[in-house]
Order: sequence, then structure tokens, then C-alpha cells
Amino acid sequence: MDDPILLDETDRRIIRATQSGLPLVPRPYHVIAEKLGLTADEVMARIEDLIEFGIIRRIGAVPNHYKLGYTANGMTVWDVPDEQVDVLGKRIGALDCVSHCYHRPRYLPQWPYNLFAMVHGRSREEVEAKANTIAGLLGEHNRAHTILYSTRILKKTGLRIGD
Amino acid sequence: MAIHQQLLNEFQRDFPLSPSPYADIALQLGVTEDEVLIALGKLVENQSISRIGAIVPPNSIGVSLLAAMAVPAEQLDEIAEWVSSLPEVNHNYEREHRFNLWFVVNASHDGHMEDVLGHIQQRTGLAILRLPLLEEFHIDLGFPLEFIGAT
Repeated sequence: MDDPILLDETDRRIIRATQSGLPLVPRPYHVIAEKLGLTADEVMARIEDLIEFGIIRRIGAVPNHYKLGYTANGMTVWDVPDEQVDVLGKRIGALDCVSHCYHRPRYLPQWPYNLFAMVHGRSREEVEAKANTIAGLLGEHNRAHTILYSTRILKKTGLRIGD
Repeated sequence: MAIHQQLLNEFQRDFPLSPSPYADIALQLGVTEDEVLIALGKLVENQSISRIGAIVPPNSIGVSLLAAMAVPAEQLDEIAEWVSSLPEVNHNYEREHRFNLWFVVNASHDGHMEDVLGHIQQRTGLAILRLPLLEEFHIDLGFPLEFIGAT
């Protein structure tokens, strides 16, 4: 999307307030509303609209895979024919073991891969087994691939909304 | 332990948008609101959950870009720390590859994005692989977790 969707300042403040963490109190939206000088109904109605328009994908608990034992985080990257990437991407994205699946541009000659699939596992062996499943699905369309394991998570926060 | 698992698996999405979401969850799970609040508090405290909140998909507000750099090993710590300190960077990972630093830049508009990338390039003297999202095939609705006693 080239043009950011027009959000008013209240929308932005609500997103900022809910993104950093819903308070763990019986009436969390009331707490947020009070901070923002709004009513809880107004906050909830706006969030509902933001979800409907796809600005917010969902409200939920964001698990920390690493702390939960999924210590192997492999970004699997694949070089597949551009004319096949939509069909193949949908197939790979539907796999349970894939948490994110994206089409991205190549950056030749350094970077030939155009399909990204994030795979989490409790060991590198588990990630490799999952990558083999992906390779099996891609078949002859898989011209090259590799797995980039993360060795350090240096920063991972929700999106910061600028002013 | 069961309540922790249910909270994690069933409430990565569809967290109730109601005046008393924790009471609603308690009702669904057949426990008390206090038990839900205590369990969630513990999951946040032990970092099993990084947060409970709104998940904003890429490019829904402003523009975002996945960037990668091949950083010489002896400069990696310093450059990684500096990149993390930028407010426009929300994810930053070290990965085992020639391209060893991978980060996501969020900007309010294209011009802002150019400014941030230009600043990083100038400050580090390194080229940036620009890998914007062209299409998302998996709509991230959460991730099924099998429990191995980590909580």
C-alpha cells in the first residue's frame, strides 16, 4: 500500500495504547479509555472498526516462541519461478509449520530467493524436517533454497506508530 | 498448567472485545476471572507471552520493509545495537549467513523510509538489501503451540 490509510489521532492513540499491552485488570478497555479521555464504548467501537478495515489484524496474546521452547527459528528462503510464486506461496503458507509466508523481490546477484517461509522448531533437526516438507511440495520448482537460523533476537516489539 | 496452555493457544486471536474480556474468557474455560488474570500475569511475567494487545499487519499503517546487511563480524555488535536503537526498527535479528543482520523498518511514508535507509547506509557504510513484502500468503492468525513444560 503506497498511501497510508487515513487514521485520526484518536485511532493512533488507541492503537498505541492497545499495542503495548492490554492491562490485566477486570475492565481493561475502561483503563485505556480513561487514559485517553474517551469512553470504553468509544474505544471498543473504534477497535472494532480498525479490525474491520484491517488496520488491526486481531487482539490477542503474542506468544514468545523462544521462551516456549521453540528455540530454533529458521527463515527458509526459496528461489521459485516468478510465474509460479502465487500458487506455490499459497500452498506453503497453508502448512501448519509455517508461521509467515511472503513473496519478496530477488536482489540479484547477491540474493536469488523470492519466497520466504518462517519455520519454528524446538531444534534445527525439526526445522530441517519441516523445510524438507516444503521442498517436497515445491518439487521441481525449487531451484535453490537455504535456511537462515537466527542466532540472536536483538529487538522485537510491536509496530511503533509515528506521529 | 492446562489453563496456561488454553490461554496461549485459544487466545492468540479473538480476544473478546467486551468490557470484561477476562471474565468472558473465564466463562469459556470454566474458571474464575481471577484465575485468568493470575495465569495471564504469570505468562507475561515469565515472558511466555510477549504482550497481549493489538497485532498490526505489515503496511496497514505507513510502509514497512525487510532489510538485510552483510556486516563484518568485528562490527556486528556495534552496528546491531545501533540499528536496534532506531525507533523505526521494530524487529532486528542476527542470522547465520553472509547477510547476517535482518531488520524491519517502519516508516510513515515512502520519503520517510528513504530517509531512514539512507541514514543507515551512510552511518554504517554498508549496502542494504531491500526486500519489501510483495504478497503475504499466510495470514498470521496465531501459531499452534505444543507444550513442553516451558511455562
